[in-house]
Amino acid sequence: MLQFSFTKKFLIWAVCAIGILMAIPNVFYATVEQSNDAKATLEAGTPATPELTALVDGWPTWMPSLLVNLGLDLRGGAHLLAEVQVEEVYAERVDSYWPEVRDALRADRATIGTIRRQDSADAELRVRISKPEAMDLALAKVRSLATPVQTLSGVGATDIDVSAEGANIIIRLSDAERLATDQRTMEQSLEVIRRRIDAAGTREPTIQRQGDRRILIQVPGIGSAEELKILIGKTARLTFHPVLGRTSDAEAQVTGRQILLPDAEQEGLFYILEKSPTINGDHLVDAQPSFDQNNQAAISFRLNPAGGRIFGEYTASNIGQAFAIVLDAEVLSAPTIQSHIPGGSGIITGQFDIEGTTRLAIQLRAGALPAKVIYLEERTIGPELGQDSIDAGALACLVAFAAVLIFMVLSYGLFGIFANIALVINVGLIFGLLSLIGATLTLPGIAGIVLTIGMAVDANVLVFERIREELKAGKNPMRSIELGYERAFSAIIDANVTTLIAAVILFVMGAGPVKGFAVTLGIGIITSVFTAIWVTRLLISVYMGRRRPNAIEV
Amino acid sequence: MRLKLVPSETTFDFFRLSKLTLGLSALAMIGSVVVFFMIGLNYGIDFRGGTTIRTDAQNAVDITAYRAALKPLNLGDVSITEVIDPADKLAGIAPTVSQIRIEAQQGEEAATVDMVQAVKSALAAVDPTMSFPQIDSVGPKVSGELIQTAVFAVILAISAVLFYIWLRFEWQFSVGAVAALIHDVVLTIGIFSLLQIKFDLAIIAALLTIVGYSLNDTVVVFDRVRENLRKYKKKLLVDVLNLSINETLSRTVMTSVTTLIALVSLFVLGGDVIRGFVFAMIWGVVVGTYSSVFIASAILLRLGVKRDWDKVDDGRAGTQFANIDA
Repeated sequence: MLQFSFTKKFLIWAVCAIGILMAIPNVFYATVEQSNDAKATLEAGTPATPELTALVDGWPTWMPSLLVNLGLDLRGGAHLLAEVQVEEVYAERVDSYWPEVRDALRADRATIGTIRRQDSADAELRVRISKPEAMDLALAKVRSLATPVQTLSGVGATDIDVSAEGANIIIRLSDAERLATDQRTMEQSLEVIRRRIDAAGTREPTIQRQGDRRILIQVPGIGSAEELKILIGKTARLTFHPVLGRTSDAEAQVTGRQILLPDAEQEGLFYILEKSPTINGDHLVDAQPSFDQNNQAAISFRLNPAGGRIFGEYTASNIGQAFAIVLDAEVLSAPTIQSHIPGGSGIITGQFDIEGTTRLAIQLRAGALPAKVIYLEERTIGPELGQDSIDAGALACLVAFAAVLIFMVLSYGLFGIFANIALVINVGLIFGLLSLIGATLTLPGIAGIVLTIGMAVDANVLVFERIREELKAGKNPMRSIELGYERAFSAIIDANVTTLIAAVILFVMGAGPVKGFAVTLGIGIITSVFTAIWVTRLLISVYMGRRRPNAIEV
Repeated sequence: MRLKLVPSETTFDFFRLSKLTLGLSALAMIGSVVVFFMIGLNYGIDFRGGTTIRTDAQNAVDITAYRAALKPLNLGDVSITEVIDPADKLAGIAPTVSQIRIEAQQGEEAATVDMVQAVKSALAAVDPTMSFPQIDSVGPKVSGELIQTAVFAVILAISAVLFYIWLRFEWQFSVGAVAALIHDVVLTIGIFSLLQIKFDLAIIAALLTIVGYSLNDTVVVFDRVRENLRKYKKKLLVDVLNLSINETLSRTVMTSVTTLIALVSLFVLGGDVIRGFVFAMIWGVVVGTYSSVFIASAILLRLGVKRDWDKVDDGRAGTQFANIDA
């Protein structure tokens, strides 16, 4: 048991050395971080300046430069859990079938009769035909419009469900199509949020999907969750609608193909608009903050060729009519069309300030969010509090470390020193592994390390106590040590596997900081078993081999 | 000269008073359940939704003034507590940090920008030096899910462990270990209800660590019991248990002490943010050490263990070790 082959010795020391080498950058955290950041800046194509080069050279290139990620609770920043209201998209999707359905049915006007779109609940399309006896033909016509949807489960799913109710044809999205739509909505939302946050130039934001319809957003270094929310901003859905009328009645009745929207500034003023927009956000290619002729902050925009053509045709044939510019269900302005506007660019005025137009322009350029997001959870941690936590955690770690070291030497003498060397290596390995896998260190994570420091000696204590027993039973030192390791082994494994089970469950079920705790606890268990079983034993074996003591005291 | 917390040879009889200790533990558990239902846990916003705001000012916290400033905002239930730094307390410095909790607002998920701004400016009017280093807000939807997940995690952890011990030992050991675990978890929830310490997600993490630690202890004792059962086939079970506990006593105490040293330094120096979390773990180590001896082993003694390792299994107690020979 105490004999180590050369290969084995070499491997054990190599693992320790690599682990500790990987841990070293964390001791010089700020320097390494600056060096890494500067390197990234240079790689991104920024021309080298003396300052940048100096920062890069601040940390030698031959050293590892991976760092433990600091969690939001240590670095400071904001955390948001957003839920995308995916259902909002259904109504629009189903609405987009109307022209197709209309054209398909019109082709058989002779048998089906006249067709008419009815008012309907959200997310369904209701079409009345004047000759209900031809319903079967009409249904077949509409059903032929359905296109297959790719699903995991399989075959035969199409995008719409078509049914009849009296003289009405009802078209709804199928479940498969709803799922597919949700998927697209989520992907788009993620993309748009990422673009908006990136445009603000914050460092290393985490933007990831969680579950079916949630998005987790973590931005280190940002002042507050409120700032982050403002940055993500509104839906920023810009549409242009023909104006049908103005009213001061908030309850005014409108038909299913009209909408009633409030004015953004003037309270009590409402517009009755055509529901389908003439121009929507998809036509927008650029938006920039600018100023109008009165030197008021405004937003200039440019449409793509298709949008420009529609806009040009519409303005040409509707001179003298009012035209509403709608942002997120509020009418920003409703100017009267003075003349034909070719070229597809223009300017939006309103009660803006410069900051507002800059932000809105970013949001418009990034594209509209496909649906509204609501925030389920938000957390802000100030950078000072994070630094305080790091300082307090580090101090607690050091004190705990020192106390355990002293206690071990007092209790086990020389063998205690062996255990201590293993403990130091153990902590090095924990940090090395955390850096290597790019794990995130949180405040509970620090607690996990402190706990590991306390518990890591357990395996050694088990062995040492066992050696004591064997010595007492009159065995010679060599044999006692061998038996000590042999007999304590099953207890060490069982005890650590059970703790590891708890750590794994925490990791799988936990969120955020708790996950961080599970990671350090789990890694700590693995490294402490390694150091206790191999490193201490190797140290003892080297000692026994060199000194060959006749008696040992444990 | 060696530091020895436990004499090298002990012959304590741990079961002489086992009726008393089991009775006391049962009483403590009943007490915990009663306290839990009477007073209830002081759930953090993780579990009941709402917003907490940490304030940090240069002047001492004035709860009355803070409360008066927030009253016009009609936020519903607002609780304001001082965050006490033990070092400052000893030095006689009044606390300058407070924690304000606001209940979940009607019809809202997380806090709105307006609400947070209103609270901030109302408080800043009381004390212009105030800053807000931490603001957390959890909507009722998420908090409901978090409770479910947490309860599920604890139950899952306990069952996984039950299964592992049953695999490695025998079912009687498994029952003893899990009884000890439930004892630890119930007592922890009891003390949290009694002292009204904030119970949030981190405490669940602490609970699971307690589960792990307590088991660690129990398993070490059981491992020795298993070994001694094979070694001393004729000895009475109670003697084997006593011998095993005495043999491992030195290690049990050593490990508990090193772990406690680490945890206490974290409790004192680690800052108030994780103090509740560390408190749960300290409590868990103490209770867990006690329960592995006085609950797990005592229950094992009462359940009895099949001893005839070499004979054919007579179906009284399932043992996979016996089956190997059978």
